[in-house]
Amino acid sequence: MSKVQAFYHKHRTILLLAVFAALCVLPFVVTKALFVRYACNILLFATLAGSLNAINGYSGQMCLGQAGFFAIGAYVCAIFSTRFGVNFWLLLPISGVFAAMVGLLVALPTLKLQGIYLSIVTLGASEIIRIIAQTWEPVTGGALGIKNIPYPWLFGLDTFRPKYYYFIFLLIGVLFLLVTNRVLKSRVGRAWISIREDQIAAKSLGVQTSFYKSLNFMYGAFWAGVVGCAYAPFVNYIEASQFSTDTGFNVLAMIVIGGQGTLLGPILGSMIVTVLTESLRFLDNWRYVIYAVIIIMMMWLRPQGIAGASHSVLAGGKIKRKPVRREGARSHG
Amino acid sequence: MAEQTLTRVPLLEAQGICKYFGGLKAVDHVDMTICQGDIFGIIGPNGAGKTTFFNICTGIFTPTQGRIFFCGEDITAMSPEAVAQKRIARTFQNLQLFKFMTVLENVKIGCHIKTKSNMFDAILHTPTFKRDEAFTTEKSLEILKRIGLFDFRDTLAGNLSYGMQRKVEIARALALDPKILLLDEPAAGMNPLETKALMEFIQALNADGYTIAVIEHDMKFVMNSCNRILVLNFGQKILEGTPAEVKTNPEVQSAYFGKGMVAGEAIR
Repeated sequence: MSKVQAFYHKHRTILLLAVFAALCVLPFVVTKALFVRYACNILLFATLAGSLNAINGYSGQMCLGQAGFFAIGAYVCAIFSTRFGVNFWLLLPISGVFAAMVGLLVALPTLKLQGIYLSIVTLGASEIIRIIAQTWEPVTGGALGIKNIPYPWLFGLDTFRPKYYYFIFLLIGVLFLLVTNRVLKSRVGRAWISIREDQIAAKSLGVQTSFYKSLNFMYGAFWAGVVGCAYAPFVNYIEASQFSTDTGFNVLAMIVIGGQGTLLGPILGSMIVTVLTESLRFLDNWRYVIYAVIIIMMMWLRPQGIAGASHSVLAGGKIKRKPVRREGARSHG
Repeated sequence: MAEQTLTRVPLLEAQGICKYFGGLKAVDHVDMTICQGDIFGIIGPNGAGKTTFFNICTGIFTPTQGRIFFCGEDITAMSPEAVAQKRIARTFQNLQLFKFMTVLENVKIGCHIKTKSNMFDAILHTPTFKRDEAFTTEKSLEILKRIGLFDFRDTLAGNLSYGMQRKVEIARALALDPKILLLDEPAAGMNPLETKALMEFIQALNADGYTIAVIEHDMKFVMNSCNRILVLNFGQKILEGTPAEVKTNPEVQSAYFGKGMVAGEAIR
């Protein structure tokens, strides 16, 4: 493992560019439209899981309501584009901001809640959003949903085809990773992680935990909204049942399997869960049993997830004490 | 050890502090004045209310009664974050490190209040962000060098030995550039050699102009380093005075050290 890591750190830029190039040619190599659609789903859920990971994995809040923020983004996009003909690319940030506002609304009353209590509230909030979408007929179309969401413009390409829509998801995914990576390696990201690690200590060092928790919630919700906005034209038709808590738990499963608190984790999780979902279709609803088994196994055997380091707070809070080498001790005094 | 300065400027003042948890009087009418340049010791048997008193000073608890003043400003009802912004730094009795962050990152969080860059600065890598990051890294490394943890900067804090973890906490607190440093049992879990080194380090910090308040059970440490000592017992103040006064006070001896020869030995 350490060899792989060393290799990665040495050739980081080249490797990442290679992966990006491979992803770019993927829809032209894979000719079967269905597989490209799966690839789109993987990218979509990778970013959605990433947005949840920004909350759960970094500031240690236990949010289960990502489906709600996702729904906000999708509905904002659907409503504004079908009724007012607003451009898709303009709607991406607008959806994000709408979702972030709702995120703030959820965060503010729950600042003092932690762990399971916060989970319950966020779960409730997600359900409330879904039920509003289902019942507010004049705006959301109620149970009938919203049809014929226009396909976005992408350099004149025919985004009706997943082959080209793929690039919208890829763009959002890459943007998300770049931005999140920068945020995490800054004062803000450190403040989030310090809250995850020890809230009292963070406070005693002057980190305004309430502010940073709210900011963290808004950040996660923002990206969920953006992904929702990209999702609506992709499926062309949205209705409330697409945003049930099942979706929320699906995304949660991705970050648990992939590894919370790492940027790679949600991507791996999304790949695994999506591939399983599609390849196990013949089992119908029984595949959920398989999910459950996988999640339980993961929690048991590798609580930090596949990509998670063994020295992670999520690895059960245990730390393996290794003898620390004192290299170069003399030169630095 | 340190000489009494002629003009004593009060820095942190507690006036009639009480903290009751239901019927339990954890801290009961305690007054205290820590002056600029002090190494101020707080001693007392287990359960005397020392840590509770510290928690009140740093805003973690709000006192039932009484006021806390810092540089003449009332900080009684302030949140811990706001107290930290006033540059009152503290460490914790049972280590509250960010265990899964590296030592360097731990210290970097201490620089939080001294930097301003927000999320957009971070995303766009604006000059503010670059300046802040450079400042944070430089300052953190400087502190780590000084406290002797430079070689361990990339080690996870939780992987260090207990004594070193205590040092990381102190380093983190120092990053705030504190006007006063509150240390809650800094020598707990250290071996005698480490304790001695820590004592020297604290004295060196004091010589650099840091005011330090310390809760400690190690009597050698307290009697040799502190110039003022507050003795608590069952939440009540027994005495505030110089080490010599504390040593000779019969009430302190009976309440804290017990009676007879053994107590006398312990002090020396």
